[in-house]
Amino acid sequence: MTDAVATGDDTNEVDQGRRKFLTIATTATAAVGAVFTISPFVASWEPSERARALGAPVSVDLSKLELGQMVTYVWRRQPIYIFKRSPEMVQSLAAHDNRLKDPKSKESDQPAYAKNESRARRPDIAVLIATCTHLGCLPKQRFDKGDAQLGTDWPGGFLCPCHGSRFDLAGRVFDGSPASVNLRIPPYSFPTPTTLLIGQDETSAKGEA
Amino acid sequence: MASNDTPAAPGFMGWLNKRLPVQQFVREQLLEYYAPKNFNVWYFFGSLALVVLVMQLFTGIFLTMFYKVGDTSAFDSVEYIMREVDYGWLIRYLHSTGASAFFVVIYLHMYRALMYGSYKTPRELLWLFGMFIYLALMAEAFMGYVLPWGNMSYWAAQVIINLFSTIPVVGPSLVEWIRGDYGVADATVDRFFALHVVAIPLILLLLVALHLVALRQVGSNNPDGIEIKEKRGADGRPIDGIPFHPYYTVKDVVGIGVFLTVFAIVAFFVPTLGGLFLEEANFEPANPLSTPEPIAPSWYFTPYYAILRAVPNQRLGALLLLIAVLAFFFLPWLDRSPVKSVRYRGLLFKFFLGLFTVSFLTLMYLGMKPATGAYVTAARLAAAGYFAFFLLMPWYSRADRTKPVPERVRFHA
Amino acid sequence: MRNAVLAVMVLGAAQLLRPALSAEEAHHPLDWENWHAGNEVTNTDSLQRGARNFNNYCSACHSLKYLRYSRMAKDLKIPTEQLKAHLMPPSATPADYMQSSLQSADAIAWFGKEPPDLSLIARSRGPDKVYRFLKTFYLDPSRPTRANNLVLNNPAMPPVLSALEGVKAAVYTTTKSTVDGKIVETKVFDHFDTVVPGSMSAEEFDGFVRDTVNFLDYAGEPAQADRRSIGVWVVLFLLTFTWIALLLKKEYWKDVH
Repeated sequence: MTDAVATGDDTNEVDQGRRKFLTIATTATAAVGAVFTISPFVASWEPSERARALGAPVSVDLSKLELGQMVTYVWRRQPIYIFKRSPEMVQSLAAHDNRLKDPKSKESDQPAYAKNESRARRPDIAVLIATCTHLGCLPKQRFDKGDAQLGTDWPGGFLCPCHGSRFDLAGRVFDGSPASVNLRIPPYSFPTPTTLLIGQDETSAKGEA
Repeated sequence: MASNDTPAAPGFMGWLNKRLPVQQFVREQLLEYYAPKNFNVWYFFGSLALVVLVMQLFTGIFLTMFYKVGDTSAFDSVEYIMREVDYGWLIRYLHSTGASAFFVVIYLHMYRALMYGSYKTPRELLWLFGMFIYLALMAEAFMGYVLPWGNMSYWAAQVIINLFSTIPVVGPSLVEWIRGDYGVADATVDRFFALHVVAIPLILLLLVALHLVALRQVGSNNPDGIEIKEKRGADGRPIDGIPFHPYYTVKDVVGIGVFLTVFAIVAFFVPTLGGLFLEEANFEPANPLSTPEPIAPSWYFTPYYAILRAVPNQRLGALLLLIAVLAFFFLPWLDRSPVKSVRYRGLLFKFFLGLFTVSFLTLMYLGMKPATGAYVTAARLAAAGYFAFFLLMPWYSRADRTKPVPERVRFHA
Repeated sequence: MRNAVLAVMVLGAAQLLRPALSAEEAHHPLDWENWHAGNEVTNTDSLQRGARNFNNYCSACHSLKYLRYSRMAKDLKIPTEQLKAHLMPPSATPADYMQSSLQSADAIAWFGKEPPDLSLIARSRGPDKVYRFLKTFYLDPSRPTRANNLVLNNPAMPPVLSALEGVKAAVYTTTKSTVDGKIVETKVFDHFDTVVPGSMSAEEFDGFVRDTVNFLDYAGEPAQADRRSIGVWVVLFLLTFTWIALLLKKEYWKDVH
């Protein structure tokens, strides 16, 4: 790369400095170009407009939801449990903090408004992502207190059938479970008192990523 | 020279070079490959063809991630790419412009060979590999065009596949076998997808590798058509040669820059090129009950299409189309001139090459027009000019009064 | 001599009069085949009006099945409330594709064929042709829709814009030509006459059609504005790169020359 070729006229000294500068300039410009060229291809892997549309917020009518009843909706390909908690169910949440791995929800993933005792914007409506935080199975509903299988001191909650993780009525994980983190909570809001909108709250712009 | 016996260089490069001949490859293929120093603008198109091949492979792979093959989903999936995949429109336009760019580059690359006799001995095999690449490219482009499943895709497939029905005896059943159905259908686009995405690209890569190895073996020709290896200096190197690196690496980068600029202007500002690169009829879904009017293949096929339609007999027309393409294969043996380059050929060759050029371009234009009246007459004349170049070559290449070939290369004619 | 002078004067006068006579022959028919839509897809105001026009006059029968309401709102800078209030049917959500509520069975019963989806009409026919189509409907009592069209003969589509444009009749002139020794009279379209005026002036209606065609041009390729603006930067970058590479090449090739 540094020798001059014997065929030409060697009347001038080869300006190595200029060659080096121009080589660096060309290479640098090409590198910048390469980055700009690759970026639309990388961007194309982002969820497309169709994925974003299918991931649009989901509206749930709460007017028919009865006490202790649970419904399952899908938002962004994840199952979401929505259930109505009675005042007794809400009160019982405070009674077993010593049996929970993370009673204050410090490690788990939830919006700021769900970091309270009932892990909800409204204590009577629970919204949980129904994916066990161990390896992803769908936890089963076990709302009855003192369940035969789970023990007399079972306050009500969820049991994951795959490896036995247990969660309370706010999705908090019990000690002794293979899962280590409370169930996740999606962003949500209440546009009207009887409508729940999963996937949209004040922070997310129209629920679109 | 043998890197196995010498002590290895320190560090990672030393470790690598002991196990893979990287340094040896760079030395032999770039630093010590002497190419003629008088390459002109016609010598850019080989490296540009390689650039376009890489671009088509890359953009094609990404299109495959979003395209959904099948007669009910293909057209919608292309609109999905254009509208809903982030920068999908860019990937699509790069690929469609790249297809046409490939043929522009390849035709100019082949024309260089016609002008400078690059198909003549000892480069016959190099030329044949190139011709097989051209055939593979035509198949690749044809099948790729069917994939969007627009109305022109459907009818182009219909017409071109029907050509095979002219083959005696096996024709009609062959056509059904190619289509996989009684008419161009879902089965057809499915198999074309597999061939276009996997099979032919693999064949193309193999052929390009063989093409480059053959080139390396015999060395490049040059605009004067003289063999630089015949004149070596005291150091054993051709005195009219210069190392490929850095001189031609640096020059090819400029060529790539100019090419990409023109390419970008088309891809970003006129990707349809008024219907030449992306036909208007293909923005409607395939409709077996409605043939687009006028119907014509993409511009890079129209010369052969014009030849096909010039003959009133379907079977004869198809045969002539085949001969028109295959004629190129025989050039090394049709050409009896001792002189390679047009710079030193006589008036006869220059006339017939000029006639071929005008005929080819005229046929390309006529192939886009309806086959009626004066257009047909013109196509017949142009076809005659096209075939004359090949058929009469054994005579005029020998009868030609050539000029003396120089001892050393010249930068200009 | 006097006769000769008189003859010259008469001939000269005849020459002078001739231009006046052939002024009628020099009359040109309406050049509708060369009308241009003159689109500007960067003109957001025009696109917004076009979207409104499409919603009010076209969407009842024609779908834009590849375009989502939300995408249109984003590109045309329409706030969501206005989108929902004026540009969407009440049953749709913004993420939906723009479908028409016309059922295909009804369409075939009422019009004889389904109205085509218009997502790509500006790409497959060209904006100029769509513009000319919308502006060359004319009265034809012999047809079930009582209208015909210069661009598309015997269209199934009724003249939906006639309230705005008015109703016009086509006026033909006959030209005589000789074909195979026989004199043949052919009717050639000359111009339109207004039969019933519409609610818009000719200029207003022309603007209406241009906005609508502009919108359809946008709908055919929503990314086109981005494409051109990115393209400017790409070409500038490539020109710069090529220039730097050329300097490098020239520097090294000093060795060779």
